[in-house]
Amino acid sequence: MTTHFVGDTAVLTGRSLRHVTRSLDTIITTAVVPIALMLMFVYVFGGAINTGSVTYVNYMLPGILLITVASGVAYTALRLFTDMRGGIFERFQSMPIARSGVLWAHVLTSLVANVISIVVVVAVALLMGFRSGAGVLDWLAVAGILILFTLALTWIAVIAGLSAKSPDGAGAFSYPLLFLPFVSSAFVPTRTMPGPVRAFADNQPVTSIVNTIRDLFTQHPVSGDIWVSLGWCVGIIVVAYVLAITVYRRKIA
Amino acid sequence: MTTPTIHVRGLEKSYKKLHVLRGVDFDVAQGSIFALLGSNGAGKTTVVRILSTLLKADAGTASVDGFDVAAKSADVRESISLTGQFAAVDEILTGRENLVLVARLRHVKNPGGVADDLLERFQLTDAAARRTSTYSGGMRRRLDIAMSLIGAPPVIFLDEPTAGLDPQARVEVWHTIRDLAAHGTTVLLTTQYLDEAEELADRIAILHQGRIIVNGTLAELKRMLPPAKVEYVEKQPTLEDVFFAIVGDNGTEPTTKEQP
Repeated sequence: MTTHFVGDTAVLTGRSLRHVTRSLDTIITTAVVPIALMLMFVYVFGGAINTGSVTYVNYMLPGILLITVASGVAYTALRLFTDMRGGIFERFQSMPIARSGVLWAHVLTSLVANVISIVVVVAVALLMGFRSGAGVLDWLAVAGILILFTLALTWIAVIAGLSAKSPDGAGAFSYPLLFLPFVSSAFVPTRTMPGPVRAFADNQPVTSIVNTIRDLFTQHPVSGDIWVSLGWCVGIIVVAYVLAITVYRRKIA
Repeated sequence: MTTPTIHVRGLEKSYKKLHVLRGVDFDVAQGSIFALLGSNGAGKTTVVRILSTLLKADAGTASVDGFDVAAKSADVRESISLTGQFAAVDEILTGRENLVLVARLRHVKNPGGVADDLLERFQLTDAAARRTSTYSGGMRRRLDIAMSLIGAPPVIFLDEPTAGLDPQARVEVWHTIRDLAAHGTTVLLTTQYLDEAEELADRIAILHQGRIIVNGTLAELKRMLPPAKVEYVEKQPTLEDVFFAIVGDNGTEPTTKEQP
């Protein structure tokens, strides 16, 4: 059956992408929270935060992009949950198709939907004065890290979508993810935080990812943070993927 | 005797402490309609889920179209179509897109043409471009069954195909099912409506407390039960007679005889 894996996954991805393009409100809702936060921080709090020579909008955009992904994957979980509930999931599972294609279609759709949201948020940031002298390679590196981060959170979303008991439950896992950037270097430099908080902030994944993207945007040489952030992303992907597949196998017997 | 298309022996399944199936045996002959009758929670859906490879049995064997459901599940999936208890249509896609989707996944030639034929056969052509979330229960069920016919699988499972339908839609679904069997498709349907089993099935099995307690043709079943008594009663019209007399539509609109 694996002979059809690519074709079946493509057909199923086309289907769930239609769900995204036909409910553009999900893209807007995904982008609204980070955009609102961006407006608040740049025009309200930002003046009180000392970020040195970097303008505040340039300083906080990396964190905002991670928040965009964290709010976007809530819909990934919700789309998967809705499929499971509706009976269409069982229809697919009883058909002669590559069974894992059903899951991969949701993962690819999540990737595309989040990329669209990120483009929207970056466009708003540009209007607000975000500027970067980053070259093509720097932007590609930023895109690569964001894609890995999206995949990591997407596989977590798959676990949530497969095991949720209600639509609200399916999306709830993303709330803690939304708060992680606040206890990181995303909005304020961690050196201003009290000891234990700073220790947490310095050692959680968001800080190293934010620092890496910020260095790429501001054309500073990237520090060892890039390896730490890649390690976090790949590690989360592997663990979440294994857990998701385990839950999936149990679901489909 | 040819080998039965569906062959079930000693099927057992428990959910935690709930012993749902306690050794189910039955056979379904090729091209026949077999009704699994039982009250809510009798385990009808569990049997269908095991036969359609969505669930593993704890014990016993089952084969469909010559393939063991546990060992050859991929081959079983090539041979079957499942219409579950809840219409499994994609609400955000249109009726036609739903059919094209299944046609692509079944790798049939000319998915668009197959979709258009089925839309016509199930009188959904006018609604083809509408999202299925706007469909009535009957339309959704017709689309659901139409999706199951794509690729002409030799075996079709229908889990409570007429639950929640109005009388006309119900009669339409019955026509479709008879039509399928007439073309050689083996149909296993579950129902809790006695009249539905009586109307459609070549053989009827009653699933009760995890076992098949009766299995036979309608005539055989009638002979087992209390002998027929001759009584003279006034023939009152049933509510169904009244309904059709007023609505003036017996629901027997011709369906074209094309196979998908």
